[in-house]
Amino acid sequence: MNQTTSVSDPSPVEKYRNNFLKEVEANVEEGDWVKMCMQCGVCSGSCPLGSAWAHPPQELFMMIRAGQREEVLRSESMWMCTSCYSCVVRCPRELPIMHIMHGLANYANRLGLAPKMNPTKRFAKLFWDNIAATGRVNESRLSIKLYFMNGLVSGIKTAFAMRKVGLGMLKTHRLNLIGFFRAGGIKEKNQLQQMLNKAYEIEDKRKGLS
Amino acid sequence: MSNIVATHETILVIGGGISGMTTALEAAECGKDVILIEKNPALGGRVSQLYKYFPKLCRPSCGQEINLRRIKANKRLRVLTMAEIENLTGEAGNYTATVKIHPRYVKENCTACGACARAVTAQIDDPHNYGMSKIGAAYLPNNMAYPQRYVIDPSIVGTEQGEKAKAACPVDAIDLDMQEQSMKIKCGAVVFATGWRPYDASRIEPYGYERYEDVITSVELERMMDPFGPSAGKLVRPSTGEEAKDIAFIQCAGSRDRNHLSHCSRICCMASLKQSTYLGEKYGDDEDAKATIYYIDIRTIDRFEDFERQVRQDKKVKFIKSKVASIVKHPDSGKPVLIGVDTHGYHRYENAHDLVVLAVGMQPSLDIASITHTTHGIALDSSGFIELDSANGGSANGDSENAAVNGVFGAGCASNPLDVNRSVQSATAAALRAIQVVNRVAASSSAARSQ
Repeated sequence: MNQTTSVSDPSPVEKYRNNFLKEVEANVEEGDWVKMCMQCGVCSGSCPLGSAWAHPPQELFMMIRAGQREEVLRSESMWMCTSCYSCVVRCPRELPIMHIMHGLANYANRLGLAPKMNPTKRFAKLFWDNIAATGRVNESRLSIKLYFMNGLVSGIKTAFAMRKVGLGMLKTHRLNLIGFFRAGGIKEKNQLQQMLNKAYEIEDKRKGLS
Repeated sequence: MSNIVATHETILVIGGGISGMTTALEAAECGKDVILIEKNPALGGRVSQLYKYFPKLCRPSCGQEINLRRIKANKRLRVLTMAEIENLTGEAGNYTATVKIHPRYVKENCTACGACARAVTAQIDDPHNYGMSKIGAAYLPNNMAYPQRYVIDPSIVGTEQGEKAKAACPVDAIDLDMQEQSMKIKCGAVVFATGWRPYDASRIEPYGYERYEDVITSVELERMMDPFGPSAGKLVRPSTGEEAKDIAFIQCAGSRDRNHLSHCSRICCMASLKQSTYLGEKYGDDEDAKATIYYIDIRTIDRFEDFERQVRQDKKVKFIKSKVASIVKHPDSGKPVLIGVDTHGYHRYENAHDLVVLAVGMQPSLDIASITHTTHGIALDSSGFIELDSANGGSANGDSENAAVNGVFGAGCASNPLDVNRSVQSATAAALRAIQVVNRVAASSSAARSQ
C-alpha cells in the first residue's frame, strides 16, 4: 500500500474502481459471492484454525473490495482452510466461504503469487502430481514424498516418529509397500492426460491466463 | 356468547394487543360495530409484557390504562377473549369468520376476589413471564388484566384442585363443565392485528440458549426488570441468582440471517439500546455495571439516532462491531464466554460476561395463509407478514365502481416488524381502511332499500 495519489494523477478515481473485486469475480471459483459479505465476522469467529490466520475470511473479503491485490494473493491465510464447513453453515448470507478460500488459493497459485514454501500448497502440489500421473492416488509414494518434502534428514526423522503408525497400517493392510515400486493406476492413462490438458486449455482461455 | 349481533357492516379485529386495541377503538369511536377477538385470557399482548418502551422510556401500563378505559366506555366494541380465529371465508363486505372459544372455566360474574387462587396449590409456568416463574393454576393473567376475571388452567379441571377452586368461589363463578365453543361471525372487513412472537432462540445453536441458563432473550430481560416479574425487578444470573452487572447484548439473534429470519426485525437495536439504560437505572454510578453491545450495524431508524447518540455518551455502554460466533461456558467461573472477531481491526476476542441477552428477531405469530380461504387470498411477504395488497380478501368481481375491493388488512406487527409507535400508526391506518369498506357496504345496502 505504498501507492500515493498525487494531484497530477490523471484519475485518482481509479483507486476506487474495485478492479481487483472484478478480477476475483471473473477468475476465482465462487468469487462473485465476495461482494455479498456484510462483515459480520461469524466466519472468522467460527473458524477452528482462526487464530492461525493472518487475515481471517472476513478480512480477506474486505481486502479484496479495497483492491489489495498483492496482499491477498500472496497471503498464507486462505491456505489455512481445512474445509470443515463451519463458516459455510453459519454464514448469515450463505456465502460459500470455504470454496472462495480454495478458489483464491488456486488462483494465486496459477498466477505464481502463492507463497513458495507454504506447506499446504506444497502438499497440494504433491497430491495433484501423484493423482494426475496415474489417475489414482499412490499412497505409499505420496507419504514418502510428504515425509521427505523438507529434505533427507527431516524425512528420516518424520518417518521414525511415524513408524508405529506405519507398522500398524502395514499389519492391517492399509499400506501397500509394493505399490511404491509398481505404478498401478487407471487404464488408458494417456486419455486422462488429454482430458486434463483440454480442461487446462478451457480454463486458461476463460480466465485469460497462459 | 349467542348475544353477539354481527352484520356485514361489522369490523372484525383479530388480536387484542396494542395494534388490535387501537384499530378496534378507532373504528368503534367512529361509530362502527367492532368485534375484537384475543386468543389470550386478557388484552394487552406483548406490550403488556414490556418494562419500558422507547424512546421516552415510559411504562406501557400508562397507555394500556387509557386504552382499557376507552374500551370499557365504548358500547360498539365487543371483546372476546380466549378466542382464536380458525377460518376466514368470503369476500369484502361479506366475510364469515369461524372462531374457536377456549373454556376459561370462569363465568362473567367473577369479581376477581382471588379466593380460587388461594385455594389452589397446583402451579403452571407463568405465560406472562415467558415461563421464567410459576403461577397458581387459578390465576389472574396479570395485574392489569382486562377483563378482570380469573382463569382456571385446563390442567386442574377434573381434579381435586379444580373442585377446591370451585368450592372456594363465593359467587359461584366457576363452571368446570365449560366446553370449547365454535362460533361464526359475519363481518364486512377484517383486520389482522395478530402481532409477533420472538424467534425461537434455541434454534441459534452456537449461542446455546438451551444449554446455558445465563443466556436469555431480550423479552425475558424485560420481565426481569418488572418489579412484579420473576426476579422481583432484579437483574440476576439465572444460574446462580447473583446480581448481573456485566451484561452483553447480541444483536441480530435470528434476524438478517438466511438460516433463520432473513428480514431485519427493525426494533432489536433500539430494544438493546433501551435495555442498556436499565443498568444505569439499577446500579447508578457503580463502575462494575457494564453493557456491551455486539452488533453488525446499529439500525436506529430516523429520529431514533438521537437515542443512539445519547447511549453512546454513556461510559457504561461499549459497542463491539461483530456478530458473536459462539458462546461457551467458562470452565471455572461458569460465566458465558463470547467468541468472535471484531470488524474494527479483526481482533479475536473471548469475553466473559455475567449475563447474555439475545436480541431476538420478530416473526409473525400467526400463519395467516393457513386460516384464510377468502375469494381472493392474502398477499404475504417472504417472511409471512401481510402485504398491503389491493387484492387482499377482495371481491370476486372487482368492478370498476368499487376499484378498491379488498376487505382484509394487516395492522401492526402482523404487517411488518414495527415498534409500538409505528404499530399504532399502522393500526390507525388499518381502521380507516376497514371503515371505508363497511361504509361502502352500508351505502350499497341503503341504495338497495331505496330502490
